[in-house]
Amino acid sequence: MSSTAAPGSVGRPRGRRLPSIFKRQGWQAFLFIGPALLLLLVLIVYPMIRTIIYSFGNTNSRLEITRWIGFDNYTRMFTRDKSFLNLDVFPPSGALVNNVKWMILYTTVSLLLGLLIAVLAARVRYEALMKSIVFVPMAIAATAVAIIWKFVYEPDPNLGSLNGFITTLGSDPIAWYGRADTVNYALIFAYIWASTGFAMVVLSAALKGISEEVIEAARTDGAGEWDIFRRIQLPLLSLPIAVVTVWLLINVIKVFDLIYVMTGGGPGAASEVIAVTMVDEFGNGEGGYAAAIAVVMMLLIIPIMAFNVRRFRSERVTG
Amino acid sequence: MATAQAAVQPRTATPSARLVKFISRAPVHLGLLLVAVIWLVPTVGLAVTSFRPRGDIQASSWWSSLTDWSFTLHNYSEVLNKANMDKAFVNSILITVPSTLLPLVLAAAAAYAFSWISFPFRDTIFLLIVALMVVPVQMALVPLLTLFRDLGISNWFGGIWLAHTAFGLPLGIFLLRNFFIALPRDLIEAARVDGASNLRIFLKVVLPLSVPALASFGIFQFLWVWNDLLMSFIFIQNGDLLPMTVRINQMQTTYGGEWHLLSAGAFLLMIVPLAVFFALQRYFVQGLLAGSVK
Repeated sequence: MSSTAAPGSVGRPRGRRLPSIFKRQGWQAFLFIGPALLLLLVLIVYPMIRTIIYSFGNTNSRLEITRWIGFDNYTRMFTRDKSFLNLDVFPPSGALVNNVKWMILYTTVSLLLGLLIAVLAARVRYEALMKSIVFVPMAIAATAVAIIWKFVYEPDPNLGSLNGFITTLGSDPIAWYGRADTVNYALIFAYIWASTGFAMVVLSAALKGISEEVIEAARTDGAGEWDIFRRIQLPLLSLPIAVVTVWLLINVIKVFDLIYVMTGGGPGAASEVIAVTMVDEFGNGEGGYAAAIAVVMMLLIIPIMAFNVRRFRSERVTG
Repeated sequence: MATAQAAVQPRTATPSARLVKFISRAPVHLGLLLVAVIWLVPTVGLAVTSFRPRGDIQASSWWSSLTDWSFTLHNYSEVLNKANMDKAFVNSILITVPSTLLPLVLAAAAAYAFSWISFPFRDTIFLLIVALMVVPVQMALVPLLTLFRDLGISNWFGGIWLAHTAFGLPLGIFLLRNFFIALPRDLIEAARVDGASNLRIFLKVVLPLSVPALASFGIFQFLWVWNDLLMSFIFIQNGDLLPMTVRINQMQTTYGGEWHLLSAGAFLLMIVPLAVFFALQRYFVQGLLAGSVK
């Protein structure tokens, strides 16, 4: 027989007693999960459904639906609201385009920088110190990160570190967050600064999990440092890299605090993103339109979530 | 001297070999030095500024003040008194503590059932809860606000406590269930055979063994709530109850370029997370790794 019972259970008959205990306990499970389940249903699931309903209507300032307008909130978002999506200009602009910019730049740079720092720090004796320095911004509020970086970017070279630095090199000071062509990059870099620590910690832990013996064996066989990284470490990092990428992507679709505090979406609408637009419209009393923006945000997240749940399921089967 | 070294480290025997090794490593050290500068200068700049008199901040750069010390605590007393940051600090605590304890207790109880009690659709319900982990607050914002208004708790902390609890639960249940289910099966079955109730097993066996996981989630949730701007901004309608994040955002729109107040305010906001982080870094990093990798 190919039965693979655990050593402890060998010979113990699968009698009636244990299942009956479990059966009797079924209702008890409800006492344990009931409160959590109730809150999740009332405060997340039910509001999600309500938000979808809201997205097909107009509301008054008390957030009561006054008129059903079908998909008009959605057509407004993609065709008439130029601060959300403007395809008339080249390159296209608007909150949605900015979010795409964020997704590409923020995700790749945070990931690569985190990987680079993890790999470099592993080669020096002050590794723990380095990792702490890069990781600390993860613990502080995005509101504080916004203040820290707004000060770095201050146009007055006597205030802002960055302009102080470039003026000593002979350049004119630049209003980093006051100009439409630099504001997004200034914000994205500040957020990269705040989240690289996450990528670094996860990837560093994964690197530590790769056996030293394998690397030493490759080294004695004459493999260079780059070969070791490229052919041994990188392939084994593919899962943690996927995990970090998912986390960064979800983070960037939700990005709000940093932009709201630092620029409020300005100058004009140059640094608007989906989450900021949503709150602004909500503040304008446009409950239906705000709900429709939230639905679009959710639709962007769902594919990433599906990937996550699938990964989780496959792990459960093997683990 | 060289021979003594050689005995210990035959590979870097001669001084010239060590020099070669150091030079070949120089790019690594230089790269890390650059990283350290980029990661430290922004925070240090604001920290130094927060201790400088208002006039000095306008007159000269913070880095020039490093050679010309004249520091003061006046900015901190001003921001605490004038900008009501003292009240906001207390509000932040009043918001954060219940919003951490409540999801911790509820998530632990639910995670116990998901690990050690079998009931119909257990794994399906668990997966659905895991999926809720990525739902953005925006997706519930409009209906929640009307719900809290109808319940009459939007002028009080009740709404924000409930919202943070609900949005913290999926991660908490996920983290704690993964930890609970890895506890030794024999231990729990032995307790069951001895006639211990589920409540007793949960309180006396599972919880004491799970302190690291509880600490990880607790710290994570604490920092999340303390640092949150969006939910407080939306769900706290009473101006006297606003936490520090919202107050600082208001400050920088009203006091625009008053960097002596903004810098001190930002550091007051950062004190608690930094203290928690440095005291309990290990748990925080563990929680982060468990939440993302497992």
